[in-house]
Amino acid sequence: MSTAAIRSSPWPARAVGAVSIVALFALLEALIRTGVVNRFVVPLPSQVLAAIPRVIAEENVAQRFWQTTQEVLWAALFLALAGIVLGALLYRFRLLRLACETWVGALAAAPVVLMYPLFLVIFGRSAATIIAIGFAAGLPAVILKTVEGLAGTRQVLIDVGRSLKLTSGQQFRKILLPAALPTIFVGFRLGLIFAMINIVGVEFLINFGGLGQLINEMAERYDLPATYAAICFVVLVSVLFFDVTERVERWMRRIV
Amino acid sequence: MDAAHRLTVATPASTAHRVLALRVAIVTSILVAWEALSASGLLFRDVVPSLGAIGRALVRLLGTPEFYSHLSTSAGEVGAGLAIGAALGLAAGILLGANRFAADAYEALIHYLGPTPKIIFFPVMIMWFGVGAGSKVAMAAVSCFFPIAISAAAGMRGIDRVLIRVGRSFRAGTWQMVSKIYLPAMRAPVLNGLRLGLGVAIIGTLLAETKLSNRGVGHLIIQAYATFDMPRMYALLTVVFVIAIGLNALIGYAGRRAR
Repeated sequence: MSTAAIRSSPWPARAVGAVSIVALFALLEALIRTGVVNRFVVPLPSQVLAAIPRVIAEENVAQRFWQTTQEVLWAALFLALAGIVLGALLYRFRLLRLACETWVGALAAAPVVLMYPLFLVIFGRSAATIIAIGFAAGLPAVILKTVEGLAGTRQVLIDVGRSLKLTSGQQFRKILLPAALPTIFVGFRLGLIFAMINIVGVEFLINFGGLGQLINEMAERYDLPATYAAICFVVLVSVLFFDVTERVERWMRRIV
Repeated sequence: MDAAHRLTVATPASTAHRVLALRVAIVTSILVAWEALSASGLLFRDVVPSLGAIGRALVRLLGTPEFYSHLSTSAGEVGAGLAIGAALGLAAGILLGANRFAADAYEALIHYLGPTPKIIFFPVMIMWFGVGAGSKVAMAAVSCFFPIAISAAAGMRGIDRVLIRVGRSFRAGTWQMVSKIYLPAMRAPVLNGLRLGLGVAIIGTLLAETKLSNRGVGHLIIQAYATFDMPRMYALLTVVFVIAIGLNALIGYAGRRAR
């Protein structure tokens, strides 16, 4: 089901979905209160809900959120610069593309995030490690989609550029790049999602940075409601991020 | 053979040769640059070890029975997690693909939870399944559930309605419909989902092992980091990358053959 189809789902179905999730949490609350589920393993959903304002107020969530956002923005900048340049190079030099495109595809399937101990040695336990992992994880998607977008430019547009005697730089700026922009943005969005997933993941693993570290700290304190609340908060941020980038992508497709 | 025919035959072959030559040149350049960087002393000692040191570490690693014991632990955790995640993902995908109301009610949940970082659920998995293999299996299952469910739902919706009507006209039961109609008809998207699912299951399991474990390849990687044994870390990462990319290519090939 496409995102558009999900958005246009009829409201009774959506309501049933929402009500059944609330019912599930109510059942869980009852099971924990009656002792069927151990409250030292799964906290009461009401406790988790109550812990959210406490976590937000006491754990500098706004600052952590900003720190993770900054890391994502830096990774996004590097992704846009390197990914689009490398993609354009592969498009421009056909032989290079034939030689390297499968390698880039293989890199997209590689578990790059497992290299985080290596990045820790190179960059230290700092934001640079987190940004580098995010960048490395998102790069193949941006390169591949840039090549796809440029290669998919309609021949008639390229011929128009040639008939106007555009230089190769003008051809790229005025014809190829605008035509490929929607596809490039699809790749950029994918790369950004991979980057964000890996950035939060590495923050959690190395106990450094923003939102990922928050979960680790709560878990190490064995503050169960706060741990669950922090996880819910990070999931919510991820969902919002995914939704916003999706909306931007649709808006871009409309205007280009 | 006329000139035109010679041209059509010769061009792809010469392109293939040029591509091969370029690939060899790129790989050689990277290896030479690596060796030069290693010898230059620009980075901290051993951050970029020599290729010889990495090669020796790789040979030592592959010749140690202990490595295969850790590898089999990780493979077992990934395999078990994939089996659980795939079974649940397939069931959820078939249900959502077959039932429009269920899809309208619940598919958004899977669609939006799919791209969240799964490793953040690891503290919960530890509380639920302990610090042993159980929490790693759970990580693999949670990681691979989403891509498999999404692919299966899409595959289910893409099944030719005629096939479904044929199954119903033969009065096939639910299990017969699943095994004889649905799964064979949606094998390509399911294999694609499994390919994606396997990749994230490997990542989920090994990351969990790096965080908290005394077994598995992830544990070996973080141990190599803790003891600053960089050649061993590069060797381990090489093995993991080769296995992950190889398995991905293998399932991708099976998926293309299934179309």
